[in-house]
Amino acid sequence: MRQVGIPLVAQDINQLQLKRSLSDRRTLISTLLSIGTGMATVLACVPLFSVLLMLLWRGGKKLSWALFVDLPPTAFEDGGGFGNAIVGTMVMVGIAAALSVPFGVLAAVFLAEFAPESRTAAAVRFCAKILTGLPSILAGVFAYAAVVLLTGTYSAPAGGIALALLMLPTVMLTAEEAMKMVPTRMKEAAIGMGCTRSQMVWRVVLPTALPGMLTGVMLAVARASGETAPLLFTALFSNFWIVQDGSLAVMAPTASLAVLIYNFSGMPFENQIEMAWAAALILVLLVLAINILGQLLSRRRV
Amino acid sequence: MKSTMFASESVESTSISQPPSTLDTFLDRSFRGLTFAFAWLTILLMVYLLVRVGGNAAPAIQKYGLHFITSTTWDVNKGQFGVLPEIWGTLYSSLLALLLGGFFGVAIAIFLTQDFLPPTLEPIFKNIIELLAAIPSVVYGLWGLFVLIPAIRPIANWCYAYLGWLPFFGTSLSGPGLLPAALVLTIMILPTVSALSRDALSAVPPKLREAAFGMGATRWEVILRVILPTAATGIFGALVLGFGRALGETMALAMLVGNSNQLSLSLFSPANTLAALLALNFPEANKVQEGVLMYAAVVLMAITLLVNICGAAVLRRATANMSGERK
Repeated sequence: MRQVGIPLVAQDINQLQLKRSLSDRRTLISTLLSIGTGMATVLACVPLFSVLLMLLWRGGKKLSWALFVDLPPTAFEDGGGFGNAIVGTMVMVGIAAALSVPFGVLAAVFLAEFAPESRTAAAVRFCAKILTGLPSILAGVFAYAAVVLLTGTYSAPAGGIALALLMLPTVMLTAEEAMKMVPTRMKEAAIGMGCTRSQMVWRVVLPTALPGMLTGVMLAVARASGETAPLLFTALFSNFWIVQDGSLAVMAPTASLAVLIYNFSGMPFENQIEMAWAAALILVLLVLAINILGQLLSRRRV
Repeated sequence: MKSTMFASESVESTSISQPPSTLDTFLDRSFRGLTFAFAWLTILLMVYLLVRVGGNAAPAIQKYGLHFITSTTWDVNKGQFGVLPEIWGTLYSSLLALLLGGFFGVAIAIFLTQDFLPPTLEPIFKNIIELLAAIPSVVYGLWGLFVLIPAIRPIANWCYAYLGWLPFFGTSLSGPGLLPAALVLTIMILPTVSALSRDALSAVPPKLREAAFGMGATRWEVILRVILPTAATGIFGALVLGFGRALGETMALAMLVGNSNQLSLSLFSPANTLAALLALNFPEANKVQEGVLMYAAVVLMAITLLVNICGAAVLRRATANMSGERK
């Protein structure tokens, strides 16, 4: 094998060992390392399957219609559900999306189209990247300081604002990337037709970049739906519906699936623990569905 | 308006192109102004976040000063607060996670970029690893509590019984503890580390590989002596960002780490981290504790900001190097 570089004479060819043989130290090491990395990869997939199987097994047997329409059970009560937590999660993620999507997309238009090279843009990108790495609990601390202390109560908007802070960088940076993917000649054609830059953005860039932007929004929504830490002390938890006696109790503690899982997992009651598994199953299904929807949207993009 | 301006050259009076009207120009200006305002709002939001949390922590910072970071007692009744055990727990658990997650993450990245698998299988494994990132951390906490801890308890207690003289195995695992927390953290940073390392590995110019293969190197000689050194900066950046994620992770730790204020080298003893401290104490905090917890939040923010900025800087240097070499 070593002689490959040397010019070959006819009889040398017969002596050359051109087959791979495991008795060669170099081949052996190479093969062992290959098997090692393969096993590491397979081993890394084990937790995912374990989590999914346990969710299906322990959460699946508890699934019933009552889960979606009943209120959480008290200590020794049997049955019950977490309808209010599902509604609460949706309300708060809705608030977060309503805040972060327009904010993120408008800032992304500035970053991608109006002044991509400016110092402002560099500073904004830097801030967005820092926010991407912001621990989610700190988003909660911020929303607590900025909203809960100000309004004097735990509430759904406080939770929504904490989640919006986590969604913002994802929405902004993916929207910027999506807009950059729009072919320059389309933009130039629009300008050449006499469009203003804003008209170009509205009529050409945004419609073309829409699937990519939606993917980013979906990823952010999926992440926000599963977040617990920022809700712990902004939205707290509640055992009641968000609509009480016909009026919307917005400025009051609000339930969410994630916080329900956290609260119930620490309780010493079998019923609550099983509810936590069922809630986890529903939360994971929700998050995966949103994720897959986002992936499908991006796949359709040419 | 359009007909007057283009009257001379328009064949039909309905020409497709026309200069922008006053209204168009006005709308254009306002829209640009709006996007500019929102861009600035991002920066202001960042500043406001720092000011707001810092401002709330200021009284506690003045009162406790650096002693807060170096003392080990947390006693609400006596008004003594110190976060050294939490800082220790945060760094210890994150380093353990980084060690394991780094090893597995880089191994997976190598496995998925160096043509080990047929092209049809590669995206499947890639998606499975990415799905790990989609599972909410509270679900990992639940899984850790009811699946992982019972599964590793016999192994941990065997280590304690036979290898107890090592400081790492100095206590038995009775329930929540550092090891299960670090294992779950490993799973959670794995997708980040492997995705970023994969980017770094696939950015290595193919001609380097081909040249090494052409010299007669085996597959792993190419990987270990050519590809990994070339991608080293990028992989280092991936590890730093993974470390940053581990430092700030909250829920899984709050559920698994055991919430115990002690400094210990043992992998099986309960511990605490800064993020878990916040999660566990904030909901029931009184006014004094609130300020103290804000101080802890400032400490956590300082650590994660530092690590994340380092990671981003390293990654930027890595991409700059790569594009320089490609010429």
